[in-house]
Amino acid sequence: MKFGVVRFPGSCDEVDALRACRRFGDAELLWHADRDLRQVDAVVVPGGFSYGDYLRPGAIARFSPLMEAVAEFARDGGPVLGICNGFQVLCEAHLLPGALLPNTGLRFLFRQVEVVVENSRTPFTRACARADLLSIPVKHTTGRYYAPDEELDRMEEAGQVVLRYAPGENPNGSVRDVAGITNAAGNVMGLMPHPEHAVDPLRGPTGGAAIFSSLASSVPVAA
Amino acid sequence: MSAVASTEPRHRALGLTDAEYALIIEKLGREPNEVELAVFSLMWSEHCAYKHSKKLLHTLPTEGPAVVIGPGENAGAVDVGDGLAVAFKVESHNHPSAVEPFQGAATGVGGILRDVFAVGARPIAILDSLRFGELSSRRSGYLLDHAVAGIAHYGNSVGVATVGGEIYFEAPYEHNCLINAMCLGVAPRDRLTRSAAAGVGNRVVLLGALTGRDGIGGASVLASAELGEDEAKRPSVQIGDPFEEKKLLECCLELLERGLLESLQDLGAAGLSSSSSEMASKGRVGIDIDVDRVPRREPGMEPFEVMVSESQERMLCVVEPDRLDEVLAVCARWDVRATPIGSVTDARRLRVFAGGSLVGDMPVEALVDECPLYDLEPEPPHTPLYPAPAPQLADHPTGPEAILALLRSSNVASKRWAFQQYDPLVGSRTVRRPEAADAAVLALDCDGGTGALAVSIDCNGRRVACDPYTGTVEAVLECARNLACVGAEPLGLTNCLNFGNPEKPHIAWQLIESVRGLGDACRALGVPVVGGNVSLYNEGTEGPIYPTPVVGLVGWLPEPERAAGIGFAREGHVVALVGPYAPRLAGSQLAKMLGEPLEPLAPVDLDAQRAGIELVRRAVREGLVVSAHDVSDGGLACALAECCMAGEIGAHLELSWNGLAPTLFGEGPGGVVVSGPAEGIAKLGEIAAEVPVLRLGDVRGDALVIAAGAATLSLSVQDLKTAHEQAIPDLLT
Repeated sequence: MKFGVVRFPGSCDEVDALRACRRFGDAELLWHADRDLRQVDAVVVPGGFSYGDYLRPGAIARFSPLMEAVAEFARDGGPVLGICNGFQVLCEAHLLPGALLPNTGLRFLFRQVEVVVENSRTPFTRACARADLLSIPVKHTTGRYYAPDEELDRMEEAGQVVLRYAPGENPNGSVRDVAGITNAAGNVMGLMPHPEHAVDPLRGPTGGAAIFSSLASSVPVAA
Repeated sequence: MSAVASTEPRHRALGLTDAEYALIIEKLGREPNEVELAVFSLMWSEHCAYKHSKKLLHTLPTEGPAVVIGPGENAGAVDVGDGLAVAFKVESHNHPSAVEPFQGAATGVGGILRDVFAVGARPIAILDSLRFGELSSRRSGYLLDHAVAGIAHYGNSVGVATVGGEIYFEAPYEHNCLINAMCLGVAPRDRLTRSAAAGVGNRVVLLGALTGRDGIGGASVLASAELGEDEAKRPSVQIGDPFEEKKLLECCLELLERGLLESLQDLGAAGLSSSSSEMASKGRVGIDIDVDRVPRREPGMEPFEVMVSESQERMLCVVEPDRLDEVLAVCARWDVRATPIGSVTDARRLRVFAGGSLVGDMPVEALVDECPLYDLEPEPPHTPLYPAPAPQLADHPTGPEAILALLRSSNVASKRWAFQQYDPLVGSRTVRRPEAADAAVLALDCDGGTGALAVSIDCNGRRVACDPYTGTVEAVLECARNLACVGAEPLGLTNCLNFGNPEKPHIAWQLIESVRGLGDACRALGVPVVGGNVSLYNEGTEGPIYPTPVVGLVGWLPEPERAAGIGFAREGHVVALVGPYAPRLAGSQLAKMLGEPLEPLAPVDLDAQRAGIELVRRAVREGLVVSAHDVSDGGLACALAECCMAGEIGAHLELSWNGLAPTLFGEGPGGVVVSGPAEGIAKLGEIAAEVPVLRLGDVRGDALVIAAGAATLSLSVQDLKTAHEQAIPDLLT
C-alpha cells in the first residue's frame, strides 16, 4: 500500500501528511509539475496555501499538471483524500461537489473540534462506526462548506456527507455542520479538519488515525 | 519635499552627525557621492551599527558548551544532541508596525524567518512578544487586531507553527507599540552555514522577490530617530509576500542541502547595502555589484534606491562559477528568481556599478566595522520617569472581586483570541499547545533527534520600568521557570532590547542597568546569550516606552511525554507552592489597577532562584508532579485560577490572607504552583533541601476555594473561565 502526497509550491502540511501516511503504509511526495503518480494506491492532497492562494483557495492548483493526473486517477476509481486546502482544490477541480467559503468569523481559526462519523461505509471511514466521535483540529480561513439545498439533500440521501461537526462545534458556519464529504462514487473525500495532526498520542487526540487506517485497509493488497 | 529637507545638509537629513560625516570623508579621502552617502547613512545607523549599544552588549556572557553559533551571525545556535543544532533569534519590527500594523507585523515575521534559514536551519516555530497601549484606546485595539492578523497571515501561509508568545497592554506603548518576533529553526549541525563571502571570483547571486522602492530609508530613519510630527520621515512600509518567502525558504534549504552555496545572507534592514558589505566584511574580501542587473519592480529607480531598498523576500548568496547553472536550475524548479548581480573581489571594497560605470566605491571595513561607537551617559532619574497608571479598580475590592478583575484585565486575560488565529501544529513537532503549558514544547523526533525543545519568551516592561536591573533579572528567571515547568534546562538565550532614546541620560541608565541584570541572570543560570537585537528610540513626544528587554529562552528536555501542563489534572492530587517566593504588591498587576505609582522591586537572591528552578525541573523530569505553573502576573490567586481553568477542575486551598494581601495578589520571582499524587509531592518535599515547598491543599470539585481561618473565598471555575476568556473579545468590541 503506497500513499502519494501532493506537494504544490505553498503546501504547508504535506510533510505532516506524509508522516501520518507512513504510520499506515508507504508514502512519498508527488511534485506538482509532474504528471506521474508513481503508481501510488491512494492520493492525499494536503493542507497549505497552494501557489499562495491569493486568488481563491485552490483556484490555481486545480490547473497544475499533477492535478490532471489526479483527476484521471479519481475517474478510474482511485481513492483521493483532500485535507483543508486539498478539499478546496478538489472542489475547485470539480472532483467534489460544493464550495468552501470564508469562515463566518472571517478569520483564520485554529481549534480542536469533534466530528461525528455519519457514514462508515466509505474507504475513508470503514475503520469507524457510525456516530463515532473523532477529535481532530481545524485550522483555516476558508472552510465554510456550501452546496445548494437540493444538492445537499441528494448528497445526504446518498451518504456523501461523511463527517459532521458535533453539535455546537461548527467552527466556520458550514451548512448543515458539514465537515467532510465524498463524491457520488465514494472514492474522493474532502474534509476541513486535519487528520494528519491527530495520529500521535504524544501530540494530542488521535481521532485522525481512523481515516488513514481506513484508507490503508481499503486498498487491495497486490498479489 | 519638506522645507526641512531643503535647508538641512543632506547627511543630517539622513541621520548622520557632522562628526560622522567628517569621518566618512576621511575614510573615503573625498566627499561621498549620492550612492555612498545613502549606503553610509544606513550602515552607520543605530539599527545596523548598534553604535549606542555595542559596547554594552560585549559585557554579556556568550560562551557555553552548547553554543554552536554565537552573536554576530544572522541567528545564534546551540547543540541539542544527535548531530542537531537549533538556531534562533528575536527581532523587532516596532516602527513599521506603528505606521501599518498588518504589514509591519507580517514582515517582522518574514524577516526573522529569513534570519534563521540564512544559517541553514529549517524554521520550525515562531513566538511573538507584543506591546500596545491600553485597550480602552481605539487605536490600541486597531493595532492589536491588525498586528495579530498580520502575524497570522504570514506565519500560517509560510507553514511555520506559531507556538507561543505574550501580549501586554500599558499606556506608555500607546504611541509606540512593540512587535517582536522570535523564530527557531533546526538543522544538522554540520549543515549550518555562515554568511562570510569567500572565494575571489565567485558569483554573487540575488534570490527572490523583485526590488522596489518599499522601505527605502527604513532602517536609519525609522529605527534611529523618534517618530515625531515630521510626516516626511515616514517612508513607505515594506509589503510581505509569504508565498514568495515559502518558495525562497524551500529553495535555499535545498541549495544548502546540495552543498551548492559558499555562503548565504538575508536582505533585511538596508537591503543590498548591508547584506553585501557584511558578507564581504566577514569574509575579508570585497564585492562588486551591478545594480543594473537587479530585477526591479518599478521603473526609474536610482542606483542608491536599489542599494538601500528593503523589499522583502530576498536573499544574497555566493556561488562558485561552475556551480551557477546547478543553482539556477534548483531556483527554477522552485520558481524562485535568481540573478547573478556581482562577484567577490580581493579589493576589500564594496563597489557599485550602474550602466557600466562605477557609481560607488567604499572600503568594506569603514562601512561595517568603523562606525563610531558611543559611550552612554547614564543618569538615574530623581523623579519618576512615568506617571502612575490610571486606576481601573474601585478603592477596596473584596478578594473575589479582585481575582475576577485581574482575570479580566487585559494583561492577565486569556490571549486565546489572538493565538486561535495562528497555526500551532504545522510541522508536527508541537507537543504542548499554547495555554496548555508554560513553555512551548517541540519534539525533535521528526528531525532525527531525541527529546524536545522548550521555548519561552517574556518580559514585564512595567516591572523593568520599576527597576531596570531587577525587572530584567526577573524576565530571565521567568523564562527559566517556564522551561523548568516542562522539565527543560536552558541552553541559550536571545533578546530584543526595546528602549527609548539612548542619548537621553535616564534612558541610557535604564539600558545599562537592564543589560547588567541580563548578564548577571544569565551568568547565575549558566546560560549564554547567542544573539539579539536592539530597538532604540522607541519614544515620541509623549515620552518613552517602558524599557522592554524581551527575553527568549531555548532549552531541551529528555522526555516530552512528561512535560507538565498548567492544568490541575485529577481530583485528590495535592497542590503545593514551590520556590523562594516572596510576593509584594509593588509593581504588581493589582497595584497597577489601583493606580499605584511604580515602585522599586525587592532584590533577588539568584542562588536561591536557581535552586528553585532546578528543583522544579527535577520534579517534572522524575514525574513527581503532573502540573507546574509559574506564578506571575496577577500573583498566586491568578496562578491558581489558571491551573483550575486549564484543568477544568476546582481546588481547595488554605492560605493566610486578608483582603488584598500580598500572599494572593503580590508578585515577585520564584513561585511555581505544582500538583501531583500525594506521594510525589511528599518526595518533592524530601528532595527540596533548602527550597521551600508549601503544601496548599488539594484538587477537588468545580470551584476555586481559598480558605483562611474564618474567611473563605470561593469562585466557580466556570465563572473564572468566563471572566478570563471573554475579556479580550469584550474589550475589542
